[in-house]
Amino acid sequence: MPDVPRPPVEDWATDFDHTHPDYAANAPEIWDDLRHRCPVAHTERFGGAWLPTKHEDVARIAKDTDNFTSQGVIVTDWRPDIPRPMGYAPPITSDPPFHAVARKFLLEFFSPKAIDGWETTARETCRELIAEIKASGVDEIDAATEYAQHIPVRVIADMLGLPREDGDKFRVWIHRILEEPGQNSIISEEDTLDYYLNAKVKERRENLGDDLISYLCQADIDGMALLDDHVRGTIGLLIIAGIDTTWSGIGSSIWHMAQHPDDRKRWVDDPDVRPFAIEEFLRFYAPVTMARLVAEDVEVGGCPMKTDDWTLLSFPAANRDPEAFEQADEFIIDRQRNRHSAFGLGIHRCVGSNLARMEMAVALEEWMDAFPDFELADPAAVTWSTGQVRGPRSMPIRVQVPATAISGTAVE
Amino acid sequence: MKITYDREACQGHNRCYMLAPELFDTDDEGYAILLVDGEIPDELEEKARLAADNCPEFAIEIVEE
Ligand code: HEM
Ligand code: SF4
Repeated sequence: MPDVPRPPVEDWATDFDHTHPDYAANAPEIWDDLRHRCPVAHTERFGGAWLPTKHEDVARIAKDTDNFTSQGVIVTDWRPDIPRPMGYAPPITSDPPFHAVARKFLLEFFSPKAIDGWETTARETCRELIAEIKASGVDEIDAATEYAQHIPVRVIADMLGLPREDGDKFRVWIHRILEEPGQNSIISEEDTLDYYLNAKVKERRENLGDDLISYLCQADIDGMALLDDHVRGTIGLLIIAGIDTTWSGIGSSIWHMAQHPDDRKRWVDDPDVRPFAIEEFLRFYAPVTMARLVAEDVEVGGCPMKTDDWTLLSFPAANRDPEAFEQADEFIIDRQRNRHSAFGLGIHRCVGSNLARMEMAVALEEWMDAFPDFELADPAAVTWSTGQVRGPRSMPIRVQVPATAISGTAVE
Repeated sequence: MKITYDREACQGHNRCYMLAPELFDTDDEGYAILLVDGEIPDELEEKARLAADNCPEFAIEIVEE
């Protein structure tokens, strides 16, 4: 949480604050209200920012790389100073034409077929975590911190050839970057992700292995080795973009299932519904909102966006737009027609989408196998992250619910 | 029924490959490859529609004759 409480929001149309706890708690209601009266909201906060809530406007911005730059993707009070076209963390902070070059290095590692090879690692991780939970003998656990959180960390650590034990450090650094940007003044240089990764890249350049860091160390652009800043930026991006996001996706899915016995039953009884369920979790609880900076003055939805304004790319709001989805505000576990944009739209489509999907599916399968019935132990104790990645950060769950306490579900 | 696929619009979301592997494969970088040329066999028509209706980039179109 920020040190100073954020000032209350008077009107979400003219003074929105997506980092405010009220937004984390009520975002879907806020978007619905805005879509009716002011689909592209504005705020003077952050030095000027916009919030489009309709699918049409979000898609338009995501695909317009002339008027919008990815040089900054996390909204802050200041503007990023790392120059275009590479930016701080290629490819997410890169613009064309450099973007395609930086992205290409990653695609083969994250294609659906390459990701199939990581399923065993994900499944073993889930089974180990569940075995620990069962061995502990308690019937109340925090599914966010004792389960969901660890799954993406272990897989990405293995892909990068970094020790799994460093996962705890990653999470502290990610939290600072995503949830407390710019509030890090008292932190020592040694205690940063950049410092850690600089050391790892140096180490790897001297002693190559068969992991993704080693691959990037050997990659070149037109015969020139990638700059250390590029390698570090990309590896840092995979850590930042891959962990809290997937943690959120798994956590929100468990949160939903804890409160919907009918959907749990459907999942257990009908394996064919599962791939559709995963996409509906992604649509309904889309974890990621991105941002762009306005590169050239432009009008969107009748609103005059000025150079250096921020605009959010609220994929979660686009996913709830009734103009783009039938019964948009309802969770339909077997929704057949689901063009959701949880992984973005256009050239920056999430590189890790196949990995994230596989991890969510495996995490849910293993959890539902182990605990077909469970509930929130204390709904009021669930806490959510604030900012551009949204998911449960603490979520006490009671597993092995006594059969008599379950209503609405048939229990053999 | 025929199907068209626009490689320029495709961003490799892989929804088509997951829903209709009989109709779509993916290349090494995760972009779609349309496997059929011409008429869609009757039994795959519903899958073809599903792939088209789930592509986030509107890269797949169904042409009914
Ligand atoms: C449920 C989990 C995830 C969600 C919802 C998600 C969402 C997104 C979104 C919306 C974007 C688009 C950014 C933009 O338009 O600026 C993105 C980009 C990206 N994501 Fe993910 N992500 C997830 C998991 C992952 C994982 C597991 C990885 C890799 C380990 C990853 C790596 C990336 C990378 C490298 C980019 C940048 C792509 C580019 O700029 O070309 N993400 N993600
Ligand atoms: S679903 Fe659409 S964007 Fe995704 S791979 Fe298929 S054609 Fe490409």
